[in-house]
Amino acid sequence: MPAPQQRRIIFQHIDEPGYTPDLACYVRHGGYEILKKAVAMQPAAIIDEVKRSGLRGRGGAGFPCGVKWGLVDRKSGKPIYLVVNADESEPGTFKDRYIMHQDPHQLIEGIMISAWANNVKQAYIYIRGEMPHGARILEKAIAEARAANLVGPKILGTDYGCDIFVHRGAGAYICGEETGLIESLEGKRPYPRIKPPYFPAVLGLYQCPTIVNNVETLCHVKHIVDMGGDNYAKIGTPNNTGTRILCVSGHVRKPGYFEYEVGKITLGELLHEVCGGPLPGRKFKAVIPGGSSAKILKFGETFTLKNKDGSSRTLSVEDIPMDFDTLAACGTMGGSGGVIVMDDSVNMVEALANINAFYAHESCGQCTPCREGSLWMKRISHRMVHDRARPEDGALLKSVADQIAGRTICAFGEACSWPTQSFVLKFGDEFKAYPETRNASKTDGSLELV
Amino acid sequence: MNLKPETLRQIDEVITHYPVKRSATLPLLHLIQEDIGYIPAEAVEWVAAKLELQPINVYEVVTFYPMFRQKPIGRRHIKVCRTLSCALMGGYKTCAAFEKEFDTHRGEISPDGEVTIEFVECLASCGTAPVVMIDDDLHEKVDGARAKELSDEIKRQAVGRNKAASSG
Amino acid sequence: MIAPPKPDLVTVNVDGKEIAVPKGTNVIEAARLVGVDVPYYCYHPKLSVVGNCRMCLIEMGMPAVDPATKAPIMDPATGKQKINWIPRPQIGCATNAAPGLHIRTNTPQIKDCREGVMEFLLVNHPLDCPICDQAGECKLQEQSTAYGRGYSRYIEQKNVKPKRTQLGPRVTLDDERCILCSRCIRFCKEVARDDVLGFVDRGSYSTLTCYPGKALANNYSLNTVDICPVGALTSTDFRFKMRVWFLKQTDSIDTESSAGAHTIVWSREGVIYRITPRRNDGVNDTWMADSGRELYKAVRAGDRLAAPRVDGAVATVDAGLRTAADVLKAAPGAVAIVGSGRSSVEEQFVTRKLAEALQAPVSLVSRIGQGDGLLVSADRNPNVRGALVTGLIQALPGPQLTALAAAIDAGRVKAVVSVGEDLIAAGLTPAQLAKVAVVYVGTHENATSTGAKVVLPSLTVFEKSGTFVNQQFRLQRFLKCVPGPAGATDDLALLSRLVAAVGGAPVPGELHALWALLAAEVAGLAPVTFARLPDTGLLLDPTPFAGLPFAEGAGLHYQPAAAVAATA
Repeated sequence: MPAPQQRRIIFQHIDEPGYTPDLACYVRHGGYEILKKAVAMQPAAIIDEVKRSGLRGRGGAGFPCGVKWGLVDRKSGKPIYLVVNADESEPGTFKDRYIMHQDPHQLIEGIMISAWANNVKQAYIYIRGEMPHGARILEKAIAEARAANLVGPKILGTDYGCDIFVHRGAGAYICGEETGLIESLEGKRPYPRIKPPYFPAVLGLYQCPTIVNNVETLCHVKHIVDMGGDNYAKIGTPNNTGTRILCVSGHVRKPGYFEYEVGKITLGELLHEVCGGPLPGRKFKAVIPGGSSAKILKFGETFTLKNKDGSSRTLSVEDIPMDFDTLAACGTMGGSGGVIVMDDSVNMVEALANINAFYAHESCGQCTPCREGSLWMKRISHRMVHDRARPEDGALLKSVADQIAGRTICAFGEACSWPTQSFVLKFGDEFKAYPETRNASKTDGSLELV
Repeated sequence: MNLKPETLRQIDEVITHYPVKRSATLPLLHLIQEDIGYIPAEAVEWVAAKLELQPINVYEVVTFYPMFRQKPIGRRHIKVCRTLSCALMGGYKTCAAFEKEFDTHRGEISPDGEVTIEFVECLASCGTAPVVMIDDDLHEKVDGARAKELSDEIKRQAVGRNKAASSG
Repeated sequence: MIAPPKPDLVTVNVDGKEIAVPKGTNVIEAARLVGVDVPYYCYHPKLSVVGNCRMCLIEMGMPAVDPATKAPIMDPATGKQKINWIPRPQIGCATNAAPGLHIRTNTPQIKDCREGVMEFLLVNHPLDCPICDQAGECKLQEQSTAYGRGYSRYIEQKNVKPKRTQLGPRVTLDDERCILCSRCIRFCKEVARDDVLGFVDRGSYSTLTCYPGKALANNYSLNTVDICPVGALTSTDFRFKMRVWFLKQTDSIDTESSAGAHTIVWSREGVIYRITPRRNDGVNDTWMADSGRELYKAVRAGDRLAAPRVDGAVATVDAGLRTAADVLKAAPGAVAIVGSGRSSVEEQFVTRKLAEALQAPVSLVSRIGQGDGLLVSADRNPNVRGALVTGLIQALPGPQLTALAAAIDAGRVKAVVSVGEDLIAAGLTPAQLAKVAVVYVGTHENATSTGAKVVLPSLTVFEKSGTFVNQQFRLQRFLKCVPGPAGATDDLALLSRLVAAVGGAPVPGELHALWALLAAEVAGLAPVTFARLPDTGLLLDPTPFAGLPFAEGAGLHYQPAAAVAATA
């Protein structure tokens, strides 16, 4: 069966031979025409198009972009800020990197359209510290756009102006959380804020109304204004509109990034047809479909889902369409689009140990359950792999995770507990047997994960 | 602390990007580290004075973010990703290969002072795992053999630099 | 008087109990009002809310309304409005009372939440209660008893952190005990305005630190010890001295200035071990200065007067009083009295009676310093306003005892009664002092007592009861914490006997009896009795003294009258 065709809207020019990140190239390809169209429209009309498009945030939570914009306090008299979340940090996710490195003006155009729509006079791009070249490319692109009156005071002959500055992070996953990011942008430790009262739309950056959007999300805005919200909504599937970039890594023959209409490709098609299937002599064992915090799926498990008409359908892992709602119905999430594949060479206890080490390292330490729980889980996992494993450790791990999720200031609590909860739930036998199997898996010397 | 004039110019410029000076904390720390290689204690107080903060405000930030170092490191900084996708593709072996090449351990300066090797968390290039950053440059699909090549190149450059230094 | 605006009351439901509270009251405080304990660590009523400990998780619900019509949706089972419960637990400290808010704290989910947080707080905690000073007043101890599981599932290594850091001259830090609640950091930033504390590193390795090279040395540093919910911050002075459960607590007042912070004095078997602030939202909130906590050391100081003296020789109290009366009566019309702004209202009243009996002029020693804008005011006398209210003085004391000095020089004064004041320190020269016979009633040896004709040892504020009037004209009570030393006599008794001995009308030398007279004779004190004085004090009418140039500048809960008038 042939793989479904990609629909490259955001990644139209990524990896295109001869396509360069400079303004001239972007303009040659029709760049900034949509911004010109936008500034001829009423801002409210653009917000309306975005609402009608059904665009859901591409950063991880899948929150509807139009609704987010609708929550912004526009009566406060305070300036409204737009903060671009370019802190791409969710393990398994590598999409915004290519937009910023190869097509920075697409992002800048998306920012300026969104800024116009929301009367934003100042935007910041918060980019990962680990992307120094990306930051320089963006700064150069902004300077070019500023020189061409596409960014800065009085853009395109209007009285409207908005400036963009690039702000570099310094190695903290928690800065992907929008209120942590705001604290970091304010020059503080990125401790996420309590909500209520600090909803960014009301009390965000400098206690002003603030919109925080992911890089890919803002690029979509450009195309929504281009084609109209209703037309955009026809792409993808209902409530899961548009295209999204899926990043595949781990144990497949051809890993990479692919842009598909949301829900128009199944996980099986993606992994088998698009990515060439498992490595030679291997079988798929498990897949994390939306960044490392998404709950793991085990090849061989099935999901019985209710249809709208009351009937039900049963899906295998391979059958799951890659959209927000179906993945959620299967107990996991589309998240940031990062698909991590593990084959039968992987011991799940060790894979979880790797993930737990990540979350323990990245917990900001502000609130108790995540701070203590994430490190405890790491220590249990580490002990199991490197010292002494007990049959009951799986249950203990899950019990610790259960005490974190839903009880923390920010979603990191869920992010760090979902892997443990799902690994132990689905591979509980492997955890129970680990005291016996550990030495066997160590002797073949193949894969060290932690 | 002796910052280059260009650094000082950039510092004054970047402060203007923000309505609240404190926001310039991370940018200033980046600029200082790029200039002198790390964030010495006096830099913390310098930044605090520059941004009208208390030193503890800057110190809290410096110690939170792993990219800021309070001590010098080797001439080259090798950051090997250890997170899941890279680990699945052999990231731990990659790191071990670098450690062997430079006869050092993670987190230490190699005996020749040439490199500091570190494990870092996800570098957002999982599709080309395992990945390694050497200073500002990302290297993709760095298996043991590629790690050897990259190490050899670093060593070649070191020899060249030492020759230039001794002849100059 | 303008009546305070009526607070906007809303009805909330806590575990089925309804209560009306001011709108915006947080759930912890609202629950407290119906006797429901919502445990917490990081929340503090006088600091910003950060919600980091997660101990105060509660279930929250709001009455259901039809989204379209806004009509209430009724629950047929109960006949009441249906409650939409939020599945995810919420923190009580950041949840404010709104009309119809429903709270549940007694469900299995909340029990599980609390047990989870308790377990997490203890996994990296050293559990060194047997050697910890906080034991007995430790929130971790208390709440693990009430809300913990009672056993540990943790078998991994615990974090290792610095165990005994001197954060400053008075505060010692044990980082392993710290639960990272950030109360101390917020206090330093928000109240003391001395931003020196912070967290370094991250995650579970986060460590409370004072900026290297700086010290937690501000005069409010010990408040961090008070508000530390665990044994991380301890008082270097009190450390390892005494188990808190052996200590008796007595309400008192900080006498270091006219701010009059409310305090608790902690003592055992007649020995004071520490002083901590007592909450009074109208005066000192929950704070006090470090300097005020050291005052108890005067009780057992080496220069404490141990016995009455006449002409330098130890005598009985009776002999002392007799001699004093003789001296004073021998100089009719030539006696002066130096009263004290450190005396209690009651003592000042009896001092006035003594002055009236002897027809003696009264001076007060002025103690003006620099106010700190918080709880150490510019007037370092705790009770100058008491002297005004009781009529002991009519004007504020001048900087030196110049009038008295002139009168001595002119030979118009031959004898002086000093109520605990060192007249040399207050401005007289030794030569001037040598010209007069001094009757000294006080607690400690000084240049005046050493040369006095009669010395009558009296009690410190910790050894007697009484009242002060602070800068707000708040009449506030202090109580006897420990017995006075042998040889010292209650000031009131001494002064009232002296009044009688010089031929004045009898005045009760006992507090409660004296108050009947005070209420009868002193305008403004008519409705008061000592026994019924509220613990938070009673604001007196300041208008009779409105024109006086008081020294105090703005402080916590205090605006000088001039500033108030300017903004009015």
